[in-house]
Amino acid sequence: MTAAIVQALLSHWRTHRLLLATLLIGIALATGLWSAVQAINAEARASYAQANAQLALGQFDELRDPAGDIPLSRYVDLRRAGWQVAAVLEGSYRVGGRNLRLMGVDMVAYPALPAVIDAEQSTNPPDPADILTAPGRLLVSPDLAPLLREQNALPPILTTTALPSDVILTDIGVAETLLNKPGAISRLVVLPDQPHVLPPLSEIAPELERVGPASQIDTAQLTDSFHLNLSAFGLLSFAVGLFIVHGTVGLAFAQRRGMIRTLRALGVSIRRLVWLILAELTLLALIGGALGLVLGFFLAGALLPDVAATLRGLYGAPVTGQMSLQPEWALAGLAMAVFGTLLASGHALWRLSQLPLLAGPGLQAWRSSGSRRGFTGIAGFALIVGGVVIYLSFGGLIAGFILLGGLLTGAALLLPLLLSFAISQLARTAQGPVAQWVWADMRAQLPGLSLALMALLLALAANIGVGTMVSSFRLTFVGWLDQRLTSELYVTATDNQQGREVSDWLRPQVDAILPIRSVELEHETGPLFLYGVVDDPVYRQNWPLIASASDVWDKTMAGNAVLINEQLARRANLWPGDDLQFSPARALKIAGVYSDYGNPTGQAIVSMQQLNLISPGVETRRFGIRMDPGRAAEMAQTLRTRFDLPRQAVVQQAAMKAQSLAIFEKTFVVTSALNVLTLGVAGFAILTSLLTLWTQRLPQIAPVWALGLNRAQLSRLELLRSVLLAALTACLALPLGLVLAWVLLTVINVQAFGWRLPMYVFPWDWIVLLLLTLLAAMIAAALPALRMLRLPPADLLKVFANER
Amino acid sequence: MLLSIDKVQKSYPGGRPVLRDVSLTLDHGQTLALTGESGSGKSTLLHLAAALDSFDGGEITLDGTPLSPLDDAGRAVLRRRSVSLVFQQFNLIPSLTVDQNLSFHARLAGNYDPTWGSHLAERLGLSDLLGSFPETLSGGQQQRVAIGRAMAARPKLLLADEPTGNLDETASANVLDLMLSLVVDTGAALLLVTHSQEIAARLDRRVHLAGGHIQ
Repeated sequence: MTAAIVQALLSHWRTHRLLLATLLIGIALATGLWSAVQAINAEARASYAQANAQLALGQFDELRDPAGDIPLSRYVDLRRAGWQVAAVLEGSYRVGGRNLRLMGVDMVAYPALPAVIDAEQSTNPPDPADILTAPGRLLVSPDLAPLLREQNALPPILTTTALPSDVILTDIGVAETLLNKPGAISRLVVLPDQPHVLPPLSEIAPELERVGPASQIDTAQLTDSFHLNLSAFGLLSFAVGLFIVHGTVGLAFAQRRGMIRTLRALGVSIRRLVWLILAELTLLALIGGALGLVLGFFLAGALLPDVAATLRGLYGAPVTGQMSLQPEWALAGLAMAVFGTLLASGHALWRLSQLPLLAGPGLQAWRSSGSRRGFTGIAGFALIVGGVVIYLSFGGLIAGFILLGGLLTGAALLLPLLLSFAISQLARTAQGPVAQWVWADMRAQLPGLSLALMALLLALAANIGVGTMVSSFRLTFVGWLDQRLTSELYVTATDNQQGREVSDWLRPQVDAILPIRSVELEHETGPLFLYGVVDDPVYRQNWPLIASASDVWDKTMAGNAVLINEQLARRANLWPGDDLQFSPARALKIAGVYSDYGNPTGQAIVSMQQLNLISPGVETRRFGIRMDPGRAAEMAQTLRTRFDLPRQAVVQQAAMKAQSLAIFEKTFVVTSALNVLTLGVAGFAILTSLLTLWTQRLPQIAPVWALGLNRAQLSRLELLRSVLLAALTACLALPLGLVLAWVLLTVINVQAFGWRLPMYVFPWDWIVLLLLTLLAAMIAAALPALRMLRLPPADLLKVFANER
Repeated sequence: MLLSIDKVQKSYPGGRPVLRDVSLTLDHGQTLALTGESGSGKSTLLHLAAALDSFDGGEITLDGTPLSPLDDAGRAVLRRRSVSLVFQQFNLIPSLTVDQNLSFHARLAGNYDPTWGSHLAERLGLSDLLGSFPETLSGGQQQRVAIGRAMAARPKLLLADEPTGNLDETASANVLDLMLSLVVDTGAALLLVTHSQEIAARLDRRVHLAGGHIQ
C-alpha cells in the first residue's frame, strides 16, 4: 500500500519538473550560502586554535622591539642573565607559487613545542637530534607535506596535525638559512619557570617591550563580532532561500490537493499521508542540501582568501586561506537543509493535515486572502515592536541582532499590505483601460508573488543598509585618517639616545618634530595605553574629537585634563566632565573623547609633562615629523641610511594611509559579495514565482488577448508588471535599508566594536541599486514574457474551450 | 457582406482535420446559428471568424479585410475594432470591477460612449453592481456583464460561443432575450454557436456543422 501511495505522490514531480528543479535549487541556495559562511567561520576559528597551539600564544609573555628585529647579542645577554626566553624568527617563504609562513624557534631553549610533541607521538617518531642538527627538519601539516617534498633543496619533512596548512615550523638555525636572515630574531617568548631572582629587563634590554598575555590580542574573542556579522548575513541568505522553498512547496501541495483527496477517498489516512510527505520532503531536502554543500564549499573557497586577508590585516589573526572539507560542517549543513525545508513547509503541511476530505480544490485556496494579509501585517508590526522592546529592555549585541531580525522579518510580513495599498493608490491615477487593467492585475497577482517580493525586500534592505554603513564608515575612516595621520613621517628610534640624535639632526630641516611617548597602564576595563603629546597647532586643528568640554586643548596641555578614545569612553561610560582614574591617588578630568577606529584597546592622551609625572622615565623613541610632503620619501631613505634604521622604523604617511585603506577595503569584500549573492537569490525567487504561477496566468490573460491586445503587447506588459512590482518594493526597501543602516551604525557597531559612526546617505548608490533591481526583475520576467510572446493561440483558446 | 468564410480548412496539430472547405456568409444585421455535435468544429470556426486563430487554407474576409495576410498584431487590431465576443465561461477580467469590465473593450477600441454604457448597465440590470468584482456575481449576472462588455463597443459582428451553456433555464432565457434585443437595436450581426435547436430557431438562419463540413 505504501509503495502505491509513494508512486502516486512522486508521479507529481515527473509531470512538474520545473517545480522540482525550483524546489531543489531553493534548498541548495539556502544551504549553500549558509554553509559557505559557516565553513569560513569554522576554518578561521580552526586556524586561530592551531596558531595558538603552535607556541601556546596567549599563555606566555613576549619581548618585542618596536623598531624591528632583535639583535642576537640581546638574546645572548638575556639568556646569560638567567632569562628563560626562546628566540623566534618569522618570515614569508615562497614554495611552488604559494606564500607560506616560515617560523623558526630556538628548539634548544624551547623543545616542548606542541607541534614537536605531536610529531613525536606519531607512529613514526623523529629522533629529536635530527630536528636540531643539520640539515634539520621542517614540521608541516599533512596538507602541505606533498608540496614541500617535491622541493629537493629543502630539509626532510615531518608532519604534524598541530599546525595550520600555511605554516612551516623549524629550528631557528634552519629558518635563518631559508629566510637568508643570519642572526635575526623577530621576538622572544618568555618561557614559564623563570628563576626567582632576575635582573630587570630595563637594565639588560631597555629597548625591548614586554607584552603580557592580557595585552596580546585574543584573536578568537576579538574576531567574534566579525564572525557574528558574517553569520547574520549567512542567516539572511538562508532565509531568502527558504522563501523560494516555502513558495514552491506551497504550490506543489496546492497542485496535489486533488490527488490527495482521491487517495483519502480510496482509504489512505491523513496521518499516513502526512508522514509520507514528510519523508518525501526530507529526501528532497537531503538532495538539495547535498547540492548546497557543493555550492557552499566552492563559494567558501572563493571567499576565504579575502576573509583571511581581512582577519590578518584588521586583527592580526592568522587564517590559512585554504578550505578543507570538515565532516561536521557537511553534517551541520545537511541538518540545516532538512530543518529549513521542514520549517518552510510546516505551514503548508499543517493546512494539508487540516483539509476536510470534501473541501473544494483549486489553487485559489492556496493564495492568501485579504483578511490573511491583514493578519500577516499585524504579525509583522508585532515583530518590529517586539524587537525594539527587547533591545530597549536588555541591550547588548545579541539584543541588537534580535532588533535587526525583528525589523527585517516584520517589514517583510508588512510588505504585501503596503504594496497592496500603494498599488490601489496608483491605480486611481490610471487613465486608459490597459493601465487600469495592469494595476488591477498586479494587485490580484500580489498573493502569489509576495514571498518572492519579501525576499527581494530583504535583499535590497540589506544592500542599502550594509552599503550605507560601509560607505559611511569609509567616508568617516578616510577623514579620520587625514585627521590622525597629520605628520608626513613617523620614525621609531632604537633607543632614547638615538631618538635624541635623530631629533637633533632633523630639527633644522623640518617644520616640526612631534615626540610621541607612551606607557601601558592597567585600567578596570583592560590595558590602557597612555600617550604624551606636545602642544602643537596640528593637534588642536585636526584631532578627531567626537565630544569635548570647553577649552579642551588648553586644559589638556596645562596638565589638568585628559583625552580618551571612544572605545574606553563607551566601555567605562566615561564622558567629558568625568574623572579618569590612573591610580588610587591620581585622576584627571576628561576634557574630550576622540574616535579611534580599528583599535581594540583603551587609549588616553595627556600633555608630555603630565605623562612624565604619571610614569617618569618613558623614553622618546617615536616621532611624528611635519615637513614638505614632497620631500618625505627622500627624507625617509636618508634617515634609514644615516641612522641604520630598519625599513619599518621610518614610515611615510601616504604608505600608512594606503595600507589602512587596503585593509579597510578587504574587510568589506565578503559582505559585498554576500550582498550581491543575496540579491541574485531574490531575483531567482521572482523568476521561480513567475514560472510557477504561469499556469494560473492564462485564464487572466486570455480574455484580454481576445479583446484585442496582441501577444507582443501582453509580453511587454508582463515585463512591465514585474519591473513595477520590483520598483515599488525597492521604494519600500529604501526606508527599511536606512533604518537597518542606522541600527548597524548606532547599535551593532557600538556593541560589537565600541565605536559609533556618523551616518551619511549616498543617493547615487541607491539609483545604481534601483537600476540593478529593475534589471534583475526584467531578467526574472524575461522567460515568462518570452513564453507569452511565443504562446500558440491554440493554448490561449483552450481557456475559452467549453470542455476546459 | 460583413463576414465571408470561403473554403476554409483547419487541422489540429498532428494533422487531424477539423474544418474541411467550410464556406458561409453573413450580412450586416443578420443573425446566424451554428449548430453541431461536440467536436464538429463549430467553436473552431467561431474562433477563426473572430481572428483568434489562423487557418490552413481558404480565406475569411471580415468587413472587407481578408484575414490570412494579417499577422498577430493585425488580427489583434481587427478583434479590437470590428468584433465582440461572448463566451460560455464568461471570461470576465477578474481583477477589474463590473464597471471597468463593461467599458474595457469599448475603451480599447477607442469608441467608449459613457451614455451608452450607462444605458447598457441599466438595461442589463447591472446598475447596482458596478463596483462589484466578477467573482461575487452569479452566473447569469456574469454573462450579462459579458454581453454588456461586448455591446458597449458597438461591434459590427457579435460572436457568441454557447452563451447560455452554463446557465439555468430562467437565466438562459433572460440572457438570450437581452442579447438578441441589443443586437437588433444596434444593428450588429450575430454568429452564435449553440447545441440548442430552440435557440437556433430564434435566429434568422441556421447552419449545421458535422465532421468538419457544413450540411
